[in-house]
Amino acid sequence: MASGKVMDPENLNENVKKTVYAVRGELYLRASELQKEGKKIIFTNVGNPHALGQKPLTFPRQVMALCQAPFLMDDPHVGLMFPPDAIATARKYLAMTGGGVGAYSDSRGLPGVRKEVADFILERDGYPSDPENIFLTDGASKGVAQVLNALIRNDRDGVLVPIPQYPLYSATIQLLGGTLVPYYLTEESNWGMDVKDLQRSVTEARRKGITVRGLVFINPGNPTGQCLTEKNLRELIEFCIKERLVLMADEVYQQNVYQDERPFISARKVLMSMGPRISKELELVSFHTVSKGFLGECGQRGGYFEMTNFHPQTVDELYKVSSIALSPNVTGQIMMGLMVKPPRPGDISYPQYKAESEAISLSLRRRARIMTDGFNACENVVCNFTEGAMYSFPQVMLPNAAIAAAKQAGKAPDVFYCLRLLESTGISTVPGSGFGQKEGTFHVRTTILPSEKDMPGIMESFKRFNADFMSKYSDSKSKL
Amino acid sequence: MNRAGALRRAARAAAAARPRHAEFATEGAAAGGQIVQQPPSGAPPVEGNGQDQGGPNQLHRRFSTLPWTNPVTLQSINPKILKTEYAVRGEIVTRAQNLQQELIVKPGSLPFEEIVYCNIGNPQALSQPPITFFREVVALCDHPNLLDKSETHALFSSDAILRAFRIIDNIPGRTTGAYSHSQGIKVCRDDIAAGIAARDGYPANPEDIFITDGASPGVHMMMQLLISSEKDGILCPIPQYPLYSASIALHGGTLVPYYLNESSGWGLELNELKQQLQAARSGGTNVRALVVINPGNPTGQVLSEENQREIVQFCKEEGLVLLADEVYQENIYAEGKKFNSFKKVARSMGLEDKDVNIVSFQSVSKGYYGECGRRGGYMEVTGLPKDVKDQLYKVASVNLCSNVSGQILMSLVMNPPKPGDESYEQFAEERDSILSSLARRAKVLTEAMNKLEGVSCNAAEGAMYVFPRLDLPERALKAAGAVGMLADVFYARRLLDATGIVMVPGSGFGQVWHTILGSSYLKANVAIFLLRSHRRSLIFVVALASLLHSCRVRLTYA
Repeated sequence: MASGKVMDPENLNENVKKTVYAVRGELYLRASELQKEGKKIIFTNVGNPHALGQKPLTFPRQVMALCQAPFLMDDPHVGLMFPPDAIATARKYLAMTGGGVGAYSDSRGLPGVRKEVADFILERDGYPSDPENIFLTDGASKGVAQVLNALIRNDRDGVLVPIPQYPLYSATIQLLGGTLVPYYLTEESNWGMDVKDLQRSVTEARRKGITVRGLVFINPGNPTGQCLTEKNLRELIEFCIKERLVLMADEVYQQNVYQDERPFISARKVLMSMGPRISKELELVSFHTVSKGFLGECGQRGGYFEMTNFHPQTVDELYKVSSIALSPNVTGQIMMGLMVKPPRPGDISYPQYKAESEAISLSLRRRARIMTDGFNACENVVCNFTEGAMYSFPQVMLPNAAIAAAKQAGKAPDVFYCLRLLESTGISTVPGSGFGQKEGTFHVRTTILPSEKDMPGIMESFKRFNADFMSKYSDSKSKL
Repeated sequence: MNRAGALRRAARAAAAARPRHAEFATEGAAAGGQIVQQPPSGAPPVEGNGQDQGGPNQLHRRFSTLPWTNPVTLQSINPKILKTEYAVRGEIVTRAQNLQQELIVKPGSLPFEEIVYCNIGNPQALSQPPITFFREVVALCDHPNLLDKSETHALFSSDAILRAFRIIDNIPGRTTGAYSHSQGIKVCRDDIAAGIAARDGYPANPEDIFITDGASPGVHMMMQLLISSEKDGILCPIPQYPLYSASIALHGGTLVPYYLNESSGWGLELNELKQQLQAARSGGTNVRALVVINPGNPTGQVLSEENQREIVQFCKEEGLVLLADEVYQENIYAEGKKFNSFKKVARSMGLEDKDVNIVSFQSVSKGYYGECGRRGGYMEVTGLPKDVKDQLYKVASVNLCSNVSGQILMSLVMNPPKPGDESYEQFAEERDSILSSLARRAKVLTEAMNKLEGVSCNAAEGAMYVFPRLDLPERALKAAGAVGMLADVFYARRLLDATGIVMVPGSGFGQVWHTILGSSYLKANVAIFLLRSHRRSLIFVVALASLLHSCRVRLTYA
């Protein structure tokens, strides 16, 4: 004990050890190693658009630079490099702070930005929102952790999470010592959710003595890319009311929609449209971030969550927890403001902002198509169309010989496949097991973010790899 | 210096002659981070003034028509959250926010014109300017298009441009808009490690650095790693910065207190540590770590190297992780005092990674930089086995990464301009003026405090706070008891109501309650020398004196 190695892995917090976080797991580490060895790696493991060459929008970055260095606005040369509306916007945000971006803000975030978020929600949904129920956060992940922390008391408390899911949820629930209650999305019906399945999951969990307290859904889906219908959302809400669950709506991909049949519709809007008593009863938390959408400002760590119908003292308790972290980063807060209140028609920067953001959105839409079509052209690979979000999640039907080879190598079959893909093509993906998948099925998650000009080449090299892989392990050949 | 640089400086000098931020009409109102809230257009009118900061009563009224059948009630949320206390933003601050609203709604209704937030070390909220070079670099990194334009040289110093190039060229994707490595951008960790090595004279390894959103998330990560149940204990100083008590409570561990000795200048005494450790162990607590805050918060003491050696030896012998909160390392005011990092002290004793576990926390929020809102920080984790560090990395990766411009700022703080750089002169001037002003304020304030009847105050050798002891009359204690308040909370509340000055009562940090001759001593923490000027500090002291006086008078006639 007195060796100095107090923190032996043996006596660490068990919850820490048990936590699994695949997005930066084995594949990512191997890819980083290969990169160090000088191999060209195409990172498609994290939705991190700027790392893959997406340029930041000009206007928000101009405002950000001016907020960072406000003395520039006193400089007679400032007009050479910054348009007047960027300067005015920077002044607006600085006036919302108490002492610039270097001062802690209120722990829930700058009141002025929370007001802009509330206005945005009103404009998006047609129903008003109260800034007092909005918490700005360092990215959406921090908000998710904070809400789950308040919800989970011990390992008898369960939270319903879709499978496949974004592993933030499984990891955070594990870290907090709660229980994940899975419900399965149906691949055959384009990753739709079925209330009967939800019901079955809840009943089974309760039979095991779990108090099911919340339900997470991701719309548009990660990693599955589906967009929920209004009908789907109504069913979800009714289900949560009936089962007395908090609904946690991960809506960070609301700007990332690549088809026109099912535009994004917020859970809050559906809830409000259902009228009282439901609209006043369901406890809903909605999450948003600056990391996604056409902004893609991952490194800024800006986000918010909005609490609807929560007990005011519970909101206060969350405020207290926020206050221990003092405040979210102030430039991230301003970025959130810039996301929800972009330049409007008539503003000097509007034409450029519109052109830049549309170019990104349209390109993402084309890439979603190229990628899903590319996967579907491969042997033993089927892929639902990426309706939204930033990912494709094809199923790979692995031959028995490949499964046996994986077993021999001590790897899960999908991990084995992804490692082979990485070694031979440099494409870094995340195996489906990191997100959860139905027993006996194997998936790969890629982002649709590589640049459009690289995309055909990437799909070509994937196809070649897959063909080689399938031919090497084809069941007929292995019998020879 | 080039011509553009000269022009730039002249223009800025002219601008500086104007009052800073004069155009921000709401600055006064926003000083505490609060501004008036208008309900969104189209929103239904709410009861009350609709601009309340959200005190529970107000909200209760607003929602009083709702039947509370919710699955989540105060009784059913995580009890660890309920148990957690965080005084720096507690009751007194909530009251101050309400008073601030009152000042806006009904100007002139209170005996003061503004709220002065001394509850928290938030220097830029009290008009401390940022360091120009740091902000130039982060602005360029956040908008790298500027780097490609010739006009940029008219606005930015050339070494800021070079530094921004060096950083941005070393970020994959050349952008601050991408998630970074979960421990932080490599080039930033390299610079931080170089800064540590230059400070200590012993090498630092970039792989040991975890860059975080301020120092607090690092503290949480370590607590998460160390605490499995309430059987796990963490030794914490009393008085302490309540981040530690709050984090231990949130993670369900046990705080094992050790008391700093006020009469020896808030000394950290080894005997006390040993006694508390033994007591905790015999009570069945598995003590895992020792928290030391140096320079101290709220106590301001700077540990001697000799004392630090004892502490390191103690941790080594007792198998404790040393959690060294060193965020005030640049804030040293006392003559002859010097900051030594615990890692340096350990290395100077010949102790290596294999001998002792030291985690050092640093932040961009303190020092002369005071960049609180940027949320930059790091922890340097030494002595941990590789597989444990992997676990830490995994926990960090769940949150993806800390904010990138905070990371860049942290690297700049640890690797500022050097003599000979174009910005050096201006940088040194800005730094020295802030530090010497803090030192003057520390001195003026402690001296003035000690002249007051019933107040005694140890010298603030470092950090950003003074923590005076107020010997309150018996009647004040009774009056507090009569309204069901702790005496120090009662005092702080009276001070706020009479003067608009926000302090944190000593009970929020923990304190020894003495009973001598039937009267309790009371301590109130005052983060006072962040105030704008000497004049303001003196106004505060006068306010304090008159309050003590009126407290007595009022009580005499009560």
